[in-house]
Amino acid sequence: MIIQALVFYVFATISIASALMVVSSKNPVHSVLFLILCFFNAAGLFVLMGAEFLAMILVVVYVGAVAVLFLFVVMMLDINIERARQGFKQHLILGGSIGLVLLVELVLILSSTFASPDAVAVASVPIPNIDDVHNTRALGQVLYTKYVYLFQACGMILLVAMIGAIVLTLRKREGVRKQVISDQVNRTREESVEIKKVTSGSGI
Amino acid sequence: MITTDLSLALPEIFLACSATVLLMYGAYAGKNTASFVSAMSVAVLAVAFALIFLGDRPTGLAFGGLFIVDAYGDYMKLVVLVASGFGILMTQRFVEREGMAKFEIPVLMVLSTLGMLMMISANDLMSLYVGLELQSLALYVIASIRRENLRSSEAGLKYFVLGALSSGMLLYGCSMIYGFTGTTDFDILGNVLSSVVSADQTPQIGLIVGLVFVCAAIAFKISAVPFHMWTPDVYEGAPTPITAFFASAPKVAAIALFARLLSDPFGSLVSEWQQIIVFVALASMILGSLAAIKQTNIKRLMAYSSIGNIGFALVGLAAGTQEGITGLIIYMTIYIFMNMGTFACILSMRQKGTMVENIDDLKGLSKTSPMMAFALTIFMFSMAGIPPLAGFFAKYVVFAAAVNAGLTTLAVIGILTSVIGAFYYLRIIKVMYFDEPSASFDKPIGGEMTFVLTVSTAFIVFFILFSTPIMDGAAVAASALFVG
Repeated sequence: MIIQALVFYVFATISIASALMVVSSKNPVHSVLFLILCFFNAAGLFVLMGAEFLAMILVVVYVGAVAVLFLFVVMMLDINIERARQGFKQHLILGGSIGLVLLVELVLILSSTFASPDAVAVASVPIPNIDDVHNTRALGQVLYTKYVYLFQACGMILLVAMIGAIVLTLRKREGVRKQVISDQVNRTREESVEIKKVTSGSGI
Repeated sequence: MITTDLSLALPEIFLACSATVLLMYGAYAGKNTASFVSAMSVAVLAVAFALIFLGDRPTGLAFGGLFIVDAYGDYMKLVVLVASGFGILMTQRFVEREGMAKFEIPVLMVLSTLGMLMMISANDLMSLYVGLELQSLALYVIASIRRENLRSSEAGLKYFVLGALSSGMLLYGCSMIYGFTGTTDFDILGNVLSSVVSADQTPQIGLIVGLVFVCAAIAFKISAVPFHMWTPDVYEGAPTPITAFFASAPKVAAIALFARLLSDPFGSLVSEWQQIIVFVALASMILGSLAAIKQTNIKRLMAYSSIGNIGFALVGLAAGTQEGITGLIIYMTIYIFMNMGTFACILSMRQKGTMVENIDDLKGLSKTSPMMAFALTIFMFSMAGIPPLAGFFAKYVVFAAAVNAGLTTLAVIGILTSVIGAFYYLRIIKVMYFDEPSASFDKPIGGEMTFVLTVSTAFIVFFILFSTPIMDGAAVAASALFVG
């Protein structure tokens, strides 16, 4: 038990510290690297809670895809962090007060009753008891059976996203020389090489 | 078990499979496949229409309650399929003439239609969301399909960013509803809420906040005030036939979804959402009629006109009664034909091979092409709500429902804005008939356009004669929502 608490505090401290570094570090590349550290520690926290599927997804999707994409974008764009910070102080009051209002509103709403008694009564149990089966397996049990409709619908959405990405970015440029291997292989000696007799002394 | 599910979702599965096949054909069959794919897409929609209209359709829940088939859904699906079919028909010749023919356009339109059918059949907050997202994602792409054109790219980007924002609001609202009721299923949600109301408890504030978020997101999709800001820019920037599609089929699907959501699971909370819908309807009607007055571009005019029309349709929803939903259904059916007909006229506005879209370009149309001027006059009179055209009945049924539900003030303001709106519709007629002709439009306008124009005009003019099946169908459809 004490080890679990210790591990929790280590993960929590590192993730908060790295989250602070994300917004405060001067170099955007460092920010992204701290973001990755933050993701890893959050994944550790999920594992502690017994939500190992979420931990895996966090690492695979956010670290593996999103953060790497961020890194590429940050490295390719020339972001002047000092200029982006200009006017930070003027906007701090307005932005901060808006944030504060939102926070108060959310606290008011959520503290009224979160997860009402009705909710507990009707909440269907989509996954079996956590002690019986791991949550990855539990998700697998419903994803292709109970929720097959949603799964297939998401597939259609991804198909549309793919068509969209291709149709909006693919362009055929004229005059591009592409390698055609069959043409290369089919070339004969006769059409590629020309032999000329060069009389010595006169040049070509 | 699974066979029942599949037979219930047969039209949707057919659309999904056909879209994939058409996509493969377009990608592999070489160049110039666009016109064939387009024609096949219309045929696919026609088959889906026949599957719903002619087939001996079973009704009920499928896929564990995620998907519902009922008379209401079937009616709205038919309207959506007609609108999408007209949309694809009008698109093909336009994109060919503008040199932007791509086989992906009709395929994306079919996929978007699939999303709309899924929205209409949604019986769960999750299936609502995936349907909505499939529909919108395809629309974002076709809004910016003319990628070398700045206006089209701007339209697509604006639509995408604001659409993503509204999706975020929708999901946030859904999560709050789930958090406070413990379910996303519409049937269980309805039971929970009606038990709360019948026990004279006030529903938790968090649940209401969630409902407001969901309403705001759907109001964005139907471009109701105050979530309408994207509409004029997107309508003006997108290619014209795409605009015609935007203004019709997605609106019907989102309105159908809105009506199902509010009257089925949230039916017992009518006192909570009625004031929101009344406000949105009022604001849309007023802004739609006032802002359209000073427009010179006919596509922007149609954008404001569609905002106003959505306001009128929402009057039916605001009533919160079965009669109101019937009115809403009839309104949307007639709106589709008025809208498609008007856009067919706008698409025929070509001078010397280029599109013109200013109202001044219509000068003296009655002398240069009298048939088109006549058709446009019919649509404008109908939009203004002049009897005996269809538009009059559309407005009549929603206002009658509002008065019977005790919303007399709303109905009176609605009628007043309708009179203001009549000003700009009549101005177009005045420009066509009483101004000197400037330049004539290119002829011929093409077979598809003539077809859409003829069908729409006939529907609007002769609605008074054959309105019974549509009125009855709408009543049956609305009663399906009020069964439980």
